[in-house]
Amino acid sequence: MITLSATIRLGGRIVLDHIDFAARPGELVALCGPNGAGKSTLLRALAGLLPEGTRPDPRRVAYLPQGARSTWGLTVAEVAALGRIPHHDTGAAPIERALRALDIWDLRHQRVDRISGGQARRAMLARAFATEPEVFLLDEPTSDLDPAAAHQVMALLRRVAHDGRCVVVVLHAIELAMRYADRMVVLAQGGIAADTAPAQALPAAAAAFGLPFGADPTPRLLPPSG
Amino acid sequence: MTRLLAALAALLFLASLAVGAAGFGMPDALILWQIRLPRTALAALVGGGLGLSGAVLQGALRNPLADPGLLGIGGCAGLGAVVAFYWGISAAFAPALPLAGMLGAGIGAALLLSLAGRAASGPSLVLAGVALSALAAALLTLALTLAPNPFALAEITVWLMGGLEDRSLSHVALAAPPVLLGCALLLRLGRALDGLALGEDVAASLGVPVARTLRLAALGVALAVGPGAAVAGGIGFVGLVVPHLLRPHLGERPGGLLLASLFGGAALLLAADLLCRVLPLLLPLQQEPPVGVLTALLGAPFLVRIARRVAP
Repeated sequence: MITLSATIRLGGRIVLDHIDFAARPGELVALCGPNGAGKSTLLRALAGLLPEGTRPDPRRVAYLPQGARSTWGLTVAEVAALGRIPHHDTGAAPIERALRALDIWDLRHQRVDRISGGQARRAMLARAFATEPEVFLLDEPTSDLDPAAAHQVMALLRRVAHDGRCVVVVLHAIELAMRYADRMVVLAQGGIAADTAPAQALPAAAAAFGLPFGADPTPRLLPPSG
Repeated sequence: MTRLLAALAALLFLASLAVGAAGFGMPDALILWQIRLPRTALAALVGGGLGLSGAVLQGALRNPLADPGLLGIGGCAGLGAVVAFYWGISAAFAPALPLAGMLGAGIGAALLLSLAGRAASGPSLVLAGVALSALAAALLTLALTLAPNPFALAEITVWLMGGLEDRSLSHVALAAPPVLLGCALLLRLGRALDGLALGEDVAASLGVPVARTLRLAALGVALAVGPGAAVAGGIGFVGLVVPHLLRPHLGERPGGLLLASLFGGAALLLAADLLCRVLPLLLPLQQEPPVGVLTALLGAPFLVRIARRVAP
């Protein structure tokens, strides 16, 4: 369970006005909305990185920022091992579980700056998984991933959520949110425009983006069957 | 690898005791205690402090160009030492010299962190260091023009190049406690520096006390570098070069480089100082070159190489 009730200012400007947000164990919550709507800000506040939020126990909550990358040429295994810092241990078993869950166990000795962007993104996710937290706060976990890998990661996150964790993801890809999220929170103009099941939240999302919505007969890639 | 470096440093330490103007082999007790041991011990202390400080600064600021000398921390330490030296404070009270060096380095490190702010990982940090170096150099020259001793300028020019010769055991005794304390402090920062590898937000979310880590790094660097700079002058590039030499062998995890950089820095400066003593035998030199000249000659091309690799 993670909650936030606050008004959040950045540089004096109100970004989120009287926000009331909660995510419960067992659900995958997608934060959607146009650029600048405050999705990343809300996630940072939940992670306790803004003065308006309280700093949670780092063993309980793992946070992945947008575009996180390593300054140094750490190996994939070394990046995942950073997720054990809150526990003050080396956690070989959780690290292996994390690397296998994200399908990068075979890459563990590779340097993150010498593998593809998608593989590096998975290494960053593995760092969050290695903490084995109750709450995941992930900003664009599928950026840099190809469509198949994006489906794979979202399916994994939904599995993790339905195992009793709480997963909050910022997603630009509304289609992924529609397909995998249990709840969609649409942020627009400093507030929450919708907070409900994805299908019901779609009109509000469409309005926030200024786009029409409806069934689209264009053939498209589908998630893996089975 | 770390053990290997420790062994190498120990070996060079012994070699340094056995080589000098009085010939090769173990010298008599007077030369050993009055000349070679102080010089050798200072080289190990100063080099170790610089190597470790470089590794910590690079990790803390997430900047492969970070080095106590390049960032002006060494210059500030020198300024502090010059002020203490030329106004006779250190003559009246010997520990004033390393204390002033530490104070200068501490002020420099604090200024640097506040100047660089959140953009520490980018080139703006190096620019802040350039500004700080220029400021320290200007103030140092100003201090010299105001100094009562007319020979100050000539002396300081030699001192600024950094040297280890003609230092006594009392210099070692003055510098050793703060340098060792600073190193002990810095060696404890490994896990926090690892966390910072993914940026300050991730580090904070992992429970790393980011602001406190940066303050401790500044304090530790001031302790580890300041007294050395006050006693041995401006020896540059050791802190920059050592971690870069070690990364291909030890990996790039910042915390994994600390102890190795301590030994590596000591070994590098011991070797450079040995080379300074041997050079007059090989080349037509009137006297030994200051060790700072040698480290700068080795380090400057290295800096160019790193800068070219780092540049976008």
